[in-house]
Amino acid sequence: MAETATPTPETLRAKRASDLIARATRAELATLIDTLGGPFEARPLRGPETGLVMVRGRIGGGGAPFNLGEVTVSRASVRLASGTVGHAQTLGTDRQKARLGAIIHALWQEAATRDSIETRLLTPVEQRIAEARGHARAQTAATRVDFFTMVRGED
Amino acid sequence: MYVAVKGGETAIANAHRLLADRRRGDRSLPAVSSEQVIEQLALAVDRVMAEASLYDRDLAALAFRQARGDMIEAIFLLRAYRTTLPRFGVSSPIDTGAMLIERRVSATYKDLPGGQLLGPTFDYTHRLLDPTLLEDGPVEEGAERTETPEAVMRVSEILAQEGLIEGDGTLGEDEGGGDLTREPMEFPMSRDLRLQALARGDEGFLLALGYSTQRGYGRTHPFTGEIRIGEVEIEIDAPELGYAVSLGEIRVTECQMVNQFKGSAKVPPQFTRGYGLVFGQSERKAMSMSLVDRALRAREFGEDIVAPAQDEEFVLSHCDNVQATGFVEHLKLPHYVDFQAELGLVRRMRAEFEAARTASESSDRKEAAE
Repeated sequence: MAETATPTPETLRAKRASDLIARATRAELATLIDTLGGPFEARPLRGPETGLVMVRGRIGGGGAPFNLGEVTVSRASVRLASGTVGHAQTLGTDRQKARLGAIIHALWQEAATRDSIETRLLTPVEQRIAEARGHARAQTAATRVDFFTMVRGED
Repeated sequence: MYVAVKGGETAIANAHRLLADRRRGDRSLPAVSSEQVIEQLALAVDRVMAEASLYDRDLAALAFRQARGDMIEAIFLLRAYRTTLPRFGVSSPIDTGAMLIERRVSATYKDLPGGQLLGPTFDYTHRLLDPTLLEDGPVEEGAERTETPEAVMRVSEILAQEGLIEGDGTLGEDEGGGDLTREPMEFPMSRDLRLQALARGDEGFLLALGYSTQRGYGRTHPFTGEIRIGEVEIEIDAPELGYAVSLGEIRVTECQMVNQFKGSAKVPPQFTRGYGLVFGQSERKAMSMSLVDRALRAREFGEDIVAPAQDEEFVLSHCDNVQATGFVEHLKLPHYVDFQAELGLVRRMRAEFEAARTASESSDRKEAAE
């Protein structure tokens, strides 16, 4: 497992990029590719393909793992004309989204395009998710029960 | 003797055409879209995903529409689809402690860290039909309350601090790592495999079994320690990248059932537990699963196995509704030759019966005459 070694700051940055690319919509990825001057020449190394990942839970929430059920996952690996290889995997069956994600992952590794991917895709997606989570949290919080004790009027 | 019989192609083709016609229904009404099903019949989609054991809302909604709303048919369709896909890998175990919580209630503690969060529940509704839904009027958004998020502690952790409850659940050294989608069932089954079977088990079957334990068929004295519903992250190790990638979130429902005590000469009495974890929002299923999980631990706790819910072979061999419907529904398929054989047999038995009766009657008459 990757977590056995302490991740370097660059690994953390790369993980953040992969995680956010996985959560971007296909439209967000396609728009970015246009903005960056694409389409880009990208030779497929793997996929794009759809398959399954077995999701595991833990007995009692934190005990031994068990198989809960599967999720659909689409993934792709591509090589740009520059030679940079990009990988992407995302929930669902959208193989085109996985391919676009892999291209963007490759471009993110290149100094010329990293910054604009950060500002045009990663930061906005991160903000969109944070906002959605904020709303969800606030809506749940509004359903919190505030218990109160009735005064019984004995005195 | 095996006799191949052909025929019925036109009848079958026309039956399928009629099925498509009936599925579409009145053409003057707009067709239902998958997006509508996902948004407005979300709990049906969740049930299809849970029992198909495949989390994909779009595919589950398609299956639900294709099956004309027949849950088990939709589950069957999704199960069949999953067999066409390769397995990419296994996720890191999901962390329900880090869930983005949409609902969290406890029946054992009123005031607990994180509080009672009702979420989008049917509880406390009056179960009166609501005619306003007949009109597509505006619907208010959920109210919001901004506050500093408080850590939502697990109830099991609260009890564990005093050692009053058993741990989360460990496996024996030779147990674990099994996968029911890869290997056939073998009994006795370890708890991880039982939970895998229950997680995809039929909600109605598990509900009835859970209910049976409450009515005395394998009583476990349950309390709902906690139910939580919300989104958890799916993370998978990506060797090509050298780190674990988070693929996105799925919604799950978790139930921690707290059951009556067990102790021994060495261990002081403590609460025991049953665990339920289900894809989507389905607390009925998660609660039933946790009741059945606890009942199936009878052997582990040295309890007498006297009730159906405690009998793992009975429960786990019959909880899968795709298997069950396959075997029950196959009875409607042609059994012409089998039945001819039975007909021949019953005719021969009747002829023998008649012959024996005639023989005994004639011997009776003979005795009477003498």
